[in-house]
Amino acid sequence: MIRFDNVTKVFPDGTKALNGVTVTIPTHKLTAIIGPSGCGKTTLMRMINRLELPTSGEIFIDEQAVSERDEVELRRSIGYVIQRIGLIPHMTIEENIAIVPEMLGWDESRITARVDELLELVDLDSKTYRSRYPFELSGGQQQRVGVSRALASDPNIILMDEPFSALDPISREQLQVELRKLQKKIKKTIVFVTHDMDEALEIADEIIIMREGQIEQMATPDELIEHQATDFVRDFIGQDRIARRRDFAQRTLEEFDELLDETWVGDYAEASSMITVQEAIDLLADNSNKRIAVKRNDLIIGYLGHHTLLKAAMKDREGELSV
Amino acid sequence: MSNFLETISSRSDLITEAFFQHIYLSFVALAIGILIALPAGILVARYHRFAEPIIGVTAVLQTIPSLALFGFLVPLIGIGSKTALIALVIYALLPIVRNTYAGLTSADESIIEAGRGMGMTPNQILKKIELPIALPVIMAGIRTATVLTVGIATLATFVGAGGLGDVIYRGLQSYNNALVLAGALPVALLAIMFDLVLKWVEKRVTPKGINNQ
Repeated sequence: MIRFDNVTKVFPDGTKALNGVTVTIPTHKLTAIIGPSGCGKTTLMRMINRLELPTSGEIFIDEQAVSERDEVELRRSIGYVIQRIGLIPHMTIEENIAIVPEMLGWDESRITARVDELLELVDLDSKTYRSRYPFELSGGQQQRVGVSRALASDPNIILMDEPFSALDPISREQLQVELRKLQKKIKKTIVFVTHDMDEALEIADEIIIMREGQIEQMATPDELIEHQATDFVRDFIGQDRIARRRDFAQRTLEEFDELLDETWVGDYAEASSMITVQEAIDLLADNSNKRIAVKRNDLIIGYLGHHTLLKAAMKDREGELSV
Repeated sequence: MSNFLETISSRSDLITEAFFQHIYLSFVALAIGILIALPAGILVARYHRFAEPIIGVTAVLQTIPSLALFGFLVPLIGIGSKTALIALVIYALLPIVRNTYAGLTSADESIIEAGRGMGMTPNQILKKIELPIALPVIMAGIRTATVLTVGIATLATFVGAGGLGDVIYRGLQSYNNALVLAGALPVALLAIMFDLVLKWVEKRVTPKGINNQ
């Protein structure tokens, strides 16, 4: 558990990067920190391994204040992956991965075995890659090495600073999927800074949304799609994305108002435009009525039948596809 | 041509002695230069605020015409190889300090950041990351300093420190072009030879994984 207690950071030039942040990052979960640039997300993360020091407030790891720990020892106990990968160019892949274990004084056979294990974990053939140099690998492969380097000494906490944002879209997506899988296996406390909402929704267990040095909302991806704490959060996620991510059955008729029929002669039941698709289905199913008169402010805005729901379902699907 | 060969054989004692004196002067000056300039370069790379003044001072020293510098030093230190060495060391400083500084600060910021994040101490970052990356650039500086020193050592003759300048100077005084050539050619050959050797060393010390980028 990583706990920030009323943490403020003011840079020497006067910019306030963090403004009294109090938050707890849960253990064994992947927590994404997201927000527009300059919101303080990277600063917040870099405080965990003391690459950044708070102006006031304190950070605790398992209730021990990080300020009381030796920074070198602290950093060696925390994995760190950065956006620009940062593999050391004159070291082989094996030597790169072995940096922290070597500093910790592991013996050679243990390091060799660990390198094999890690390369396999990130899906790189150990025989092929271990003695290569970073420049011989593609960006995606380099970042796989970056991730395995962070895991080398089996730290409990791993910090990832926009690790996939410099990669091409295909590698990025692959690595996101694999990180998810990897996390299921290794169950580390991962703090993942990103500016990509889709990435956060895809990989995170918890998402922290930040703005101007403060936390706007912390929630699971599902909760975030269901309920946005502030207008900023709603705008930041984006209506499109919210609609797209929501379960079709949970969307309201209001969102499909342009699909309604204007007239209907025959039986109907009345319902508010705020009912969900699921509720509309139930109404149509247990009622011999063929139509629902959809009302907004007590005025009928249109009529809904089976065919309308089909169109709505297609539109919902389209929204997903058009992304 | 035959005149030239004759000169060489008849004055071979003089030429050989001057040749070795020349090598001695250049080498010792270089060694001292490296011993001073390398730590200075590392220092200014770590404490950037010293970079401007230190590199500035070495640059100013470099602009003093070499003959004038030898002249300045004579009243202060007298004549002899000590004076010559001091002047040569001063000339060797700038290229080495400047290249060491440039090489050490050229390492990609992200690599240093990764090193720091993994818990490397500043000394480990210097030894394991910055120095290996800077090595080719530092070697290039030493090469420049070497060629420069071998050339300027020719002037050591004016402070009585010998070297191939002696041969050239004697040739000039006696209107003996063959003798001038017998002094000048070895200087050029020495410079070229050192340059080639150091170029080879530079290639050898460039860590794998860097030269292919």
